Amino acid sequence: MEQSELLKTKYLAILIVIIISIFIGLFMIFLNRIFGPKRPYSLKLTPYECGIPSTEDTWERFNVKFYIVAIVFVIFDVEAVFLYPWAVVYKKLGIFALVEMYLFIFILLIGYFYALGKNVFNWTKE
Amino acid sequence: MDTVYLIFITTVKTAVYFGILLLHVAYATYTERKVIGHIQLRLGPMIVGPHGILQPIADIVKLLFKEDIIPAKADKFIFKLAPFVSLSAALSTFAVIPVNKNWVISDINVGLLYVLGIAGLGTYGVIFSGWASNSKYAFLGSLRSTAQMISYEVALGLSLVGVVLMAESFNLSEIVNRQNEYWYGMFLFPQIIGYFVFVVSMLAETNRLPFDLPEAETELVAGYFVEYSGIRFSLFYLAEYLAMFCMSSLAAICFWGGWSIPPILVKTFPFLSIIPGVVWFLLKVYFHIFLFFWLRGTLPRYRYDQLMAIGWKILIPLALINIVITSLLKIL
Repeated sequence: MEQSELLKTKYLAILIVIIISIFIGLFMIFLNRIFGPKRPYSLKLTPYECGIPSTEDTWERFNVKFYIVAIVFVIFDVEAVFLYPWAVVYKKLGIFALVEMYLFIFILLIGYFYALGKNVFNWTKE
Repeated sequence: MDTVYLIFITTVKTAVYFGILLLHVAYATYTERKVIGHIQLRLGPMIVGPHGILQPIADIVKLLFKEDIIPAKADKFIFKLAPFVSLSAALSTFAVIPVNKNWVISDINVGLLYVLGIAGLGTYGVIFSGWASNSKYAFLGSLRSTAQMISYEVALGLSLVGVVLMAESFNLSEIVNRQNEYWYGMFLFPQIIGYFVFVVSMLAETNRLPFDLPEAETELVAGYFVEYSGIRFSLFYLAEYLAMFCMSSLAAICFWGGWSIPPILVKTFPFLSIIPGVVWFLLKVYFHIFLFFWLRGTLPRYRYDQLMAIGWKILIPLALINIVITSLLKIL
């Protein structure tokens, strides 16, 4: 079979798997719809807070640390994405790839130590 | 090969694969309760069937007959969407995981990237459920969980770069074949640092003890899925166990040689080659599944600041050191 044709069939198979896995979830919900009771009343539909009536809305501001972690994550995940293709062709490129990637990691490490110095990974101190 | 035939054969393959997989998942919950029970000098489930062997089936039936409660103040659409995202992300990863030579639904050449990418989508299920529930426990749980999962995803990804360096391929079957070229038949020994990082981040990625802060029972009740009931709750539960199986399979394939037996073992004990590859694969997977239960029965929970410190200050530098060492050894 042709290369691109083969590729197409493989990704078609993945699409089928994804559709089936969504269908499994839908099927289980459907069964629950049939068998499960439906007796809602206002108190049952309030959010669970250990018996105390809920006072405020939950959709509020939260700790800024979570945002910072998300930003640092983006940087390091991009690093991982760059490292993967490098790892595959590493043997072919040889010493050139080694030096290039060490430079890349070194530049990232500067950012890492900057974040470390700014107490990004320290959750106890302000 | 025409398309209709292809669709048919893939559907049949997937149905068989998922059927067996879900049976394994159902019995993993039973095994967990038994193992934890015996660790704590209890017997675990004993009532339903001999030694409680029918317990998972009773659980499924019970969950099907439960009421599906959707809180009045919740964001209805996202609330309903979240369990699907979790479940289908966890299930779809198995499309590329080979259980034996050529026993795989789709043998794509970027298998490892596909698994990591799709498994990463599971984080959305957590964010959606916590946000949409409009409950404080769920919200705090999902925030914690998201920060934890994205932190450890970096370490998980970096720990596998060493494996890719050794195998020079993303294809999971190719990774297994490459390991068989060495006399010890596993990447476990040259990649021991990578394996350590992988195992720790695998525990954190699947929200298991000692890193189960998102659902810390004693403080957050159940974390991000506290508002879910009935079958929607069980979809999250299923997704968690599927993620455990996915990570265990990945550990078995990338570090333990998948379905292959170490050549040195075959040479010393020739009768071992009679045992089919799928049995070896399952043994390696179940070792890791048992590791999850064992650690749950042994270790206390970490504090949140400790968790973040372990991820960013220990695991990521360790993974980078592993990459540097592996690439140096590879070129020499």
